Amino acid sequence: MSAPTVTGAPVKDPERKRDNGSGWFTVDGRMLALLGVLVAICVVGYVTRPDAFLTQSNISTMLRLAAAIGVVSVGMTFVIIGGGIDLSVGSIVALCSVWMTTLATQSYGPGVMILCAVAVGAGCGLVNGLLIAYGRMVPFIATLAMYVSARGLAERISNGQTQVVRETGFTTPLRGSLLGVPVLIWIFAAVVLIGWIVLQRTTFGRRTLAVGGNPEAARLAGIDVRRHTALLYVIAGVCCGIAAILVVARTTSGASTNGQLYELDAIAAVVIGGTLLAGGRGSLVGTLIGVLIFTVVGNVFTLNNLETDIQNIAKGAIIVVAVLFQSLRVRRTRAASGRPAGVPTPAA
Amino acid sequence: MTLSVGRRGFLLGGAALGAGAVLTACTSNTPENESTGNGANVQQGGGDNAQPGKAVTIGFSAPAADHGWIAAISRNAQAQAGEFSDVTLKATEGTNDVNQQIAQVETLINDKPDALVILPFDGKALTEVGKQAMAAGIPVVNLDRVFDSPLAYRTWIGGDNYGMGVSAGNYIAAQMKAKGVSSPVIGEVAGIDSLPLTQQRSQGFKDALAANGFSVGPRVAAEFTVESGERQTANLLQSASKLDALWNHDDDQGIGVLAAIDAAGRSEFLMVGGAGSRNAMDLIKADSGVLKATVLYSPSMASSAIALARLIAQAKGMGDLVEREVPASITTFSAVVTKDNVDDYLSIGFQS
Repeated sequence: MSAPTVTGAPVKDPERKRDNGSGWFTVDGRMLALLGVLVAICVVGYVTRPDAFLTQSNISTMLRLAAAIGVVSVGMTFVIIGGGIDLSVGSIVALCSVWMTTLATQSYGPGVMILCAVAVGAGCGLVNGLLIAYGRMVPFIATLAMYVSARGLAERISNGQTQVVRETGFTTPLRGSLLGVPVLIWIFAAVVLIGWIVLQRTTFGRRTLAVGGNPEAARLAGIDVRRHTALLYVIAGVCCGIAAILVVARTTSGASTNGQLYELDAIAAVVIGGTLLAGGRGSLVGTLIGVLIFTVVGNVFTLNNLETDIQNIAKGAIIVVAVLFQSLRVRRTRAASGRPAGVPTPAA
Repeated sequence: MTLSVGRRGFLLGGAALGAGAVLTACTSNTPENESTGNGANVQQGGGDNAQPGKAVTIGFSAPAADHGWIAAISRNAQAQAGEFSDVTLKATEGTNDVNQQIAQVETLINDKPDALVILPFDGKALTEVGKQAMAAGIPVVNLDRVFDSPLAYRTWIGGDNYGMGVSAGNYIAAQMKAKGVSSPVIGEVAGIDSLPLTQQRSQGFKDALAANGFSVGPRVAAEFTVESGERQTANLLQSASKLDALWNHDDDQGIGVLAAIDAAGRSEFLMVGGAGSRNAMDLIKADSGVLKATVLYSPSMASSAIALARLIAQAKGMGDLVEREVPASITTFSAVVTKDNVDDYLSIGFQS
């Protein structure tokens, strides 16, 4: 599960991963701490409900529930590493879910429904990206505008009603299983894997880190910063489109109320996953663990029949504990290796 | 380099335009071959009251139609007003912004209608403007969410949240006894826990079950949305490997609840819904899944509110009652809709 936290400016050195001399994977203190939190919550779940927690159906339920917010968080990780923020993800999920489930879209069949969701997501992301990169709007404001208007459009199109999917060509395969694992989880895994490869192994990923770390330096290094920034929002939008497909498959319907508070959940997962809000450093694996932490907490609370208010208090506490714990670990590791705390690790 | 980017950009732009054209065609929601009807509930009054009287203007204000129930409220009000040849309805655009709704009601007051029907987004916040209308001599029919002061309305009509819970609890208890289940596991999928209406529903449910010697087992709170209903129910089903009954407070979120039950492949229990959507009633009628009943909290109350406002404005009483005036308070009854009586209720099922 552990993987390197990617840092710093673009480098071409393929040997970068060996910088700590700990072999194939750099075992990062940050990531260990985060994994520790996840394991601790799982232990609580197992101890309090040994009969229900570690069953195959419960694990598959948790992963299925994590899928949509997980996919959104992948996109969010890219945007935040690139030095931005996207507050509109939840609204875009709502708009995509509504647009792909109108009677007209459904009449074209499952292929068009899926295409529609992705296209609408990409379109919204492109608008965000153009406003931010070329219109020079602050990401917070541009995506806030999208946050409001995308949900408004979703309400307009759906007329405030829940659109049930009657197209079984869509629901049957997507709600089914492949090799014993729900299709939704396969899609989730594929998106995380592709995201990880793009971020870790491609020039695009290196450039994302560079743009987020120091846009001016990135520009001087010959990166088209504006185009790259715009593309990051398109990625986030596409992820929202995919998440909408997952939500529609899960709930068998599209509604303008879908994706509520996704932006906060995704940002929380990304941040406790160790991605710097200022950009320039981050980890997709951290984000994944962050998403899992929140999903497992929700599950453990329900298994123990605890109320939602306590659950929210616990979520807040977990964010604080996870981040504190990480910075402590990092400070200790840094002290041991002679690096000052708080200074981004230079790439080897 | 620049050239190739330009060409690529051009192609991408063209593709985006094409996709846009296809997508625009996709926003249509007009059914092709089915006439679903809007599920609007209208009823001509009986007896003398059905005869056209003095022509009256009724102002109407409600929150934004952001979910099925509120959308049905506005549709019903419009449709009921259309049934009366002597009623002109002035409806404002629905809003969830309290200040905007206050401004809208103030505008309505300035128009001097003969009566007002107001479903406030927040009863407390709109109390003052209700008083203002009453002070200006315009009778206010307060719909569902109650104002803080009786000075703010002439008549209140609304649903019975506590009664909904009681109806659901009694129905489930009766079913359990009929099946001879001695200590049943009864689950509950509530709405937003911080809302008084959810607390009242849950209290009624708990009290009714307790009166029958049963208690609420696993309980989760969703957010009245399909997605939260699915998420919470998926977890709840993991918590209880065997259920005997499940009450879901709201048929809107019920679509998600049913999706979760379907995904988990569970069918050993009976489920009761809440509110009375058309979708839920169709499922009850088909009797093919776990959903066996729903307890009403029907938006048809908006139609009744318009009828009441008309009677008040025309200074008439309610036909069958001896009172010469419309009563000050009317609570609708939360009936249990089952397979046996669903045909009587299909017409008031709302599109969720």
